[in-house]
Amino acid sequence: MTDVAITLTVNRQQVTATVEPRLTLAGFLRRHLQLTGTHLGCEHGVCGACTIIVNGAAVRSCLMFAAQADGSEIITVEGLAAADGLSPLQRAFRKHHALQCGFCTPGILTTMHALLQEEPHASAERIREVLAGNICRCTGYLPIIEAVLEAAASYNND
Amino acid sequence: MKPAPFEYSRPESLNEALSLLAGDEVRPIAGGQSLVPLLALRLVTPKRLVDLSRLIELRGIKVESDGIRIGALTRWCEILSDARLGEHHPLLREAVRHTAHYQIRNRGTVGGSCCHADPAAEMPAIAVTCAAEFEVMSLRGRRIIAAREFFRSVFTTALEPDELLISIRLPTWRPERRYGFQELARRQGDFALAGCALYWDEAGGCCRDPHVGVFGVAETAIRVPQIEAALEDRKITDEIIRSVARTIRDVTAPPTDLHATSAYRSAVLAVLLERALRASLHDPSHHD
Repeated sequence: MTDVAITLTVNRQQVTATVEPRLTLAGFLRRHLQLTGTHLGCEHGVCGACTIIVNGAAVRSCLMFAAQADGSEIITVEGLAAADGLSPLQRAFRKHHALQCGFCTPGILTTMHALLQEEPHASAERIREVLAGNICRCTGYLPIIEAVLEAAASYNND
Repeated sequence: MKPAPFEYSRPESLNEALSLLAGDEVRPIAGGQSLVPLLALRLVTPKRLVDLSRLIELRGIKVESDGIRIGALTRWCEILSDARLGEHHPLLREAVRHTAHYQIRNRGTVGGSCCHADPAAEMPAIAVTCAAEFEVMSLRGRRIIAAREFFRSVFTTALEPDELLISIRLPTWRPERRYGFQELARRQGDFALAGCALYWDEAGGCCRDPHVGVFGVAETAIRVPQIEAALEDRKITDEIIRSVARTIRDVTAPPTDLHATSAYRSAVLAVLLERALRASLHDPSHHD
């Protein structure tokens, strides 16, 4: 199969690579870039663990091929915080015990980061609706909603 | 890597895309939200994927004199943020509020969903209920396919392998139109166990030209002529709502699968029809 040359930005750094067409974007991030914070659960678009942010929008990285990401700007869970610690959303997750085993957490953090950037005034109901795209088997979801509601203030520029 | 190997092309023009689609065992990919799971499970093993993302002429919604034309590459998130649809197709907007999860809506497309033809998906149901027209093209030319002809069976459409869906036209939405949309899914954003989309034109307190579609209960979304006939020129009263909710159980035969039995789907469908009809009684100017 003919490999495809791609150039993209991952966590604000330019990356160039040659990839097999069937390599998913999740596989590219994990294996080629060693960004293993993006977790793979179901690998067919049901669980949401692999959610990343592509051109500002939360998407499932198991449902996209690396070849399709040519020219895009990507933020993974590794790119949420500045070098000196946790982002406000991550701090709120810690404070509210919004994670337990942590497997689903990267996908939830990226999803909620994208949501709050777009909708800093998202209601608990809206957060709940969006969270339906991410499966968590530990927390019971309530601490996640509390954490997101608290972190929302830090996204609010008005 | 879970999918079987394939070649990848990203054409810059529609003509180039149609030339590639004329090849052997080629699949177009738009948002990939239905196709990539099929590839991952190796239910589909094409020799080549043709990525449509550069074909900007297939994107967006146009309000035209004969209805709204939705480009095949239009994403769910674009429909939800299009303020014009409150006036030009509130039923479509209501249906898409039930479509998929947040992340999927950012990539999934109207054309992809219709070509995938899941019998429980909302967009095919809206297309069938509203008597949409599908514009398709190949190197051999262009043709228009009526929604009822387009959806053949489960995951099966009238598209030939070299044909590409270009746009879907939903006929003009009339200002006096009333509508309802109801579905039941086990999780918000999942495929429906059963659902109902309907509209009718209000004329002197009576129901004119009712369109009643149901989905998740047959091999494709279907209209229910027996219900439409029972509503035509009638005032929608409690009595008639209860009556058609009984009728729907007699004229549909939903499948049993691991998500629900036929009897359960049937019972759910009757309730959804009842709720959709009650919702349609509200003055459309009071819908948000």
